[in-house]
Amino acid sequence: MSDYLILSKVTKTYDTPKGPAVIVKDFDLSIKRGEFVCLIGHSGCGKSTLLSMVAGLNDITAGGIILAGRELVGPGPDRGVVFQSPCLLPWLTAFENVMLGIDQVFFTAPKYERQQIAEYYLSVVGLGEFMHRKPAELSAGMRQRVGIARAFALSPKMLLLDEPFGMLDSLTRFELQQVLIDLWRRDQKTALMVTHDVDEALFLADRIVMMTNGPEAEVGDILHVEFARPRVRKEVLDHPDYYRLREHLISFLENHAHKEQREKAPPPRATPRAPHPEAAQVLD
Amino acid sequence: MAFLELRAVSKSYATDGKRTEVLRDINLEIDRGEFVAIVGYSGAGKTTLISLIAGLLQADSGRITLNDLDIVEPGPDRGIVFQTYSLLPWLTVYENVYLAVDQVFPNWSPAKKQQHTEKYIALVNLSPAREKKPAQLSGGMRQRVGIARALAMDPQILLLDEPLSALDALTRATLQDEIGRIWEKDRKTVVMITNDVDEGILLADRIIPLSAGPGATLGPELVVDIPRPRDRTAINHNERFKAIRREITDYLLDSRGRQRVTVSKKLQLPDLEPEDLWAPRSRAELRGGPVRRATMRRETVEI
Repeated sequence: MSDYLILSKVTKTYDTPKGPAVIVKDFDLSIKRGEFVCLIGHSGCGKSTLLSMVAGLNDITAGGIILAGRELVGPGPDRGVVFQSPCLLPWLTAFENVMLGIDQVFFTAPKYERQQIAEYYLSVVGLGEFMHRKPAELSAGMRQRVGIARAFALSPKMLLLDEPFGMLDSLTRFELQQVLIDLWRRDQKTALMVTHDVDEALFLADRIVMMTNGPEAEVGDILHVEFARPRVRKEVLDHPDYYRLREHLISFLENHAHKEQREKAPPPRATPRAPHPEAAQVLD
Repeated sequence: MAFLELRAVSKSYATDGKRTEVLRDINLEIDRGEFVAIVGYSGAGKTTLISLIAGLLQADSGRITLNDLDIVEPGPDRGIVFQTYSLLPWLTVYENVYLAVDQVFPNWSPAKKQQHTEKYIALVNLSPAREKKPAQLSGGMRQRVGIARALAMDPQILLLDEPLSALDALTRATLQDEIGRIWEKDRKTVVMITNDVDEGILLADRIIPLSAGPGATLGPELVVDIPRPRDRTAINHNERFKAIRREITDYLLDSRGRQRVTVSKKLQLPDLEPEDLWAPRSRAELRGGPVRRATMRRETVEI
């Protein structure tokens, strides 16, 4: 299979009074069609910047991004984005929020078919009974379900997820990861997700890209996750490799903990340790 | 008899004439000096449970006793740390803690109260920030003030209601280590409510799942027999950690699964391709209606 999304030498700098600040430098990454890739790293390492550049919401200073053979310029409905907070319009119901995008992208289709799309995706994410409620009448988990339905409803070429479950408690997160992965399998989407939850990345991803800390963030390490799909959480947690991979990711994150955080933190924390010797074998 | 005891405690709320059972038949025994974590979904009734122990709510049935005395109202023998910091915004760190000390130990001399307050501010590493107001503090620091205030009252039992849920992952980890360190120092009896299984295992002597509501009840407890101090990285190698983590997660996911109602409904997804908004088709093509996957032409080309 050929590469579907290609990031080539992507660089982002911001001008500051002290000169340009390099956030991301020469970032290369290729994703195959149908692949689920997670970007993992500490907050502030530039992973969200990278994602918003793919979304077209943030300009690229140098380099280029190609999706399905076309260079990306600006945002568009061919990339469905799920944000950390669901960003729903509060005066519209869940159904109307989803319809907003559908009306744009399927403007040639008759109205009943457009409504069918919204109904379909809202039902599949488990909101069949609640689709005519306003965001304020929904729980945080339900609002994020609307966000997921809205992204899938546009039949995007690619899904971009920016810590979509970061604001949910760890158990609600489990449920929504299941909702997301079921839809991803059903629609065979290509997905790029930013997260700092190690268990989430291991459950969802085919490949986990670990980013070093900014400034000048780059790919630090890549982990292939080869648990059989469809994945069942219990089986994944019981898999003999699971804790080895988890350990590898956590060690990476600890070794790249914020330098300033480490200096500032008053209590002595566990000293960062070298990656576990077994962990190195996981790499290719 | 155990230090803190809950016997067949139930609680329901009435809204719009409808009764919702929140907690059903809760039984719990906690010994002096124990650190117990209760893990459950948000909305399952965790906060109701801690409010019952705090005396902020009354149970519909059952009995709650601390040191053989019935709990009927809130009191300084139970220190609470809330998820939202609940600090007085017009008072400094020092004044917020001092207020509690002054209430609980009115007969102490001012010098003793001051010394006591400072001791607890130092315990949570906030001495440099003692003159700051809550608005000038980060979320993690505010929660430290909450912990200092609760401990300064020298309560018999410390109740932590999701104390770290509002914090980001890194601050959360730092404060978890800190709570562990403080607890090892004075071994108070602690009941901590959390939605994070890892957090519970890292800190507690015993971890008990609260099933998904409505009508939530406590599941089988697990003793966390992992030696302290527990290192968050090293614990990943620990077989007991893995086993406890799996068992608690399984129980919680299963309890949620049992609550879920499924309906079977016929859904139709129209066979449509999205329009390309950058390379619009010609007006004539658009008049033909949407592109359907089923009708997409395949072209054969000779090589």
